[in-house]
Amino acid sequence: MTNTIPCRKMFTDTLVELAKQDKDIIAVTTDARGSVTLDTFANELPAQFVELGIAEQNAVGVAAGLVSAGKKAFVCGPACFYVARSLEQVKVDVAYSANPVKILGVSGGVSYGALGFSHHSLHDIAVLRTFPGMHIVLPCDIYQTKKLVEELIDYPYPVYIRVGRNAVPNVYESKNVEFKIGKANQLTDGDDLTIIGTGETVYHCLEASKILKEKGINARVIDMHTLKPFDKEIVEKAAAETGRIITVEEHSIFGGLGSAVTEIVSQTHPVPVKILGIPDEFAIHGKPLEIFHHYGIDTDGIVNAALT
Amino acid sequence: MSNVTEAVINRLQLQSEQIRKRLVEIVYASKSGHIGGSLSSVEIETALYFHVMNIDPKNPKKEDRDRFILSKGHSVEALYSVLAAAGFIDDSLLETYGKFKSLLAGHPTKKTPGVELNSGALGHGLAVGVGMAIAAKMDKKSYKTYVLMGDGEQGEGSIYEAAMSASHYKLDNLVAIIDRNCLQISGKTEDVMALEPMRQRWEAFGWEVFDVDGNDIADVTNTFVNMAPNNKPKLMIAHTTKGCGISFMEKVAKWHHGIPNDEQYAEAIAEIEERIQEYANASIR
Repeated sequence: MTNTIPCRKMFTDTLVELAKQDKDIIAVTTDARGSVTLDTFANELPAQFVELGIAEQNAVGVAAGLVSAGKKAFVCGPACFYVARSLEQVKVDVAYSANPVKILGVSGGVSYGALGFSHHSLHDIAVLRTFPGMHIVLPCDIYQTKKLVEELIDYPYPVYIRVGRNAVPNVYESKNVEFKIGKANQLTDGDDLTIIGTGETVYHCLEASKILKEKGINARVIDMHTLKPFDKEIVEKAAAETGRIITVEEHSIFGGLGSAVTEIVSQTHPVPVKILGIPDEFAIHGKPLEIFHHYGIDTDGIVNAALT
Repeated sequence: MSNVTEAVINRLQLQSEQIRKRLVEIVYASKSGHIGGSLSSVEIETALYFHVMNIDPKNPKKEDRDRFILSKGHSVEALYSVLAAAGFIDDSLLETYGKFKSLLAGHPTKKTPGVELNSGALGHGLAVGVGMAIAAKMDKKSYKTYVLMGDGEQGEGSIYEAAMSASHYKLDNLVAIIDRNCLQISGKTEDVMALEPMRQRWEAFGWEVFDVDGNDIADVTNTFVNMAPNNKPKLMIAHTTKGCGISFMEKVAKWHHGIPNDEQYAEAIAEIEERIQEYANASIR
């Protein structure tokens, strides 16, 4: 089922509702209230809204200070800038200083498809995985996003959340979706192979499994919404029981979901792992789904990878 | 304007020299550290920790405490010596400084009671201070946030992002201090990257600026206590001497992170002890 609400909007709508009950919830942004969809928050809760202009380094540092003083700060803006321009602030003021700031990176991956590499964020998982204490979550639909926001409010660790720009099809069917940071969800049973996705690729993994099923292949699909802390057990179990894994991510093939999976199975349950993602090149320009198709991280690409 | 009493100044003067001695001891013992900028910042930190700030060493996380951020994190030997003298940490812990598995790293971390931010990368402290000051305003609390920066550090662009936001949000509960010793690791600040006119630059950013003799404890202390709310963030340009208090280190760039040999150490300690004696006698009188 498709819907018209992007995950970023579900995130901020949920945040507004929760912030009305909790004056310590603060939204921080960098001239990105439109991109993030923070207008409602800014208009309805001006005393809990901190605009810092186009200054991502300052935004992350200020959020660290707010959290240090007892606030629940959500820094919100384009993913591409927060995990590059302000990376040292994320490293030192947030991760190293153990300030549980929540960083919402919107329009991540190739959401800004036609705007070029400056606006793509295909390195964020790889980089942030190496910061001790940093947690990373890529929700796959609006229901999961809503659950995530509810869990984030009092979550005691720093978290980077990446969502896309456009509305995406639902993976889950209702608001009562099971969700816990760090605990992956197995979406289908299957023993022939395992397909693991994260964020917007999860839907394509699920669609691919339906096509494969018609061809007599039973694929196990896993929604790896949390990249850190990583659900090692579900991967080990999948490797042991299905003997073959395909990972699918809107990210560089270096250092992301595929790397995390191979780091685990190579040491405990060695099985073939095919990593689908963006290769080592400046991603082609186009609409996100065109780019997904070009690099084989959409339904067709996953089916092809499973059959070859 | 009301100045602190002579008795207080004498006490702070003596305290400064005791801290100066302790920091030289730990640099010498560990053979590591940044001695020049620690020595230049002693009076600033002594004034804050022993007279100006509302803090409780027995309850370092007290909710309404004033906050201090050492943005120039490399000058950590002064801070550790201050925290020990104030009672945040045991003095014996200083013996572990720079050693394997020590709680006291070469830049401050929150593992040390009394430290508010892990610092070390330059240009970070002011933004975090802005966040703390905004939080205080939101909560209508009266605590203040103090951020000590280096002058070489002023090359980092992130400082000016923070400076802009501090005046935009009228953070008169935020006090930045620049340890203006005019030297950085490669030489004179004005040769490496000119920072003047510093006062005018900060005034243009909307700050109220105070020029003080940063190694004159009376000037520093009186300036802090007389800062008044007026919707403007405060900047103290503390004109200091790098290596202050040890004659052969003063104004010599190599003492940014030089380590004294045995003879130099003895000479340095002798100079400081002479002043300690002098101030101790003065306080008795």
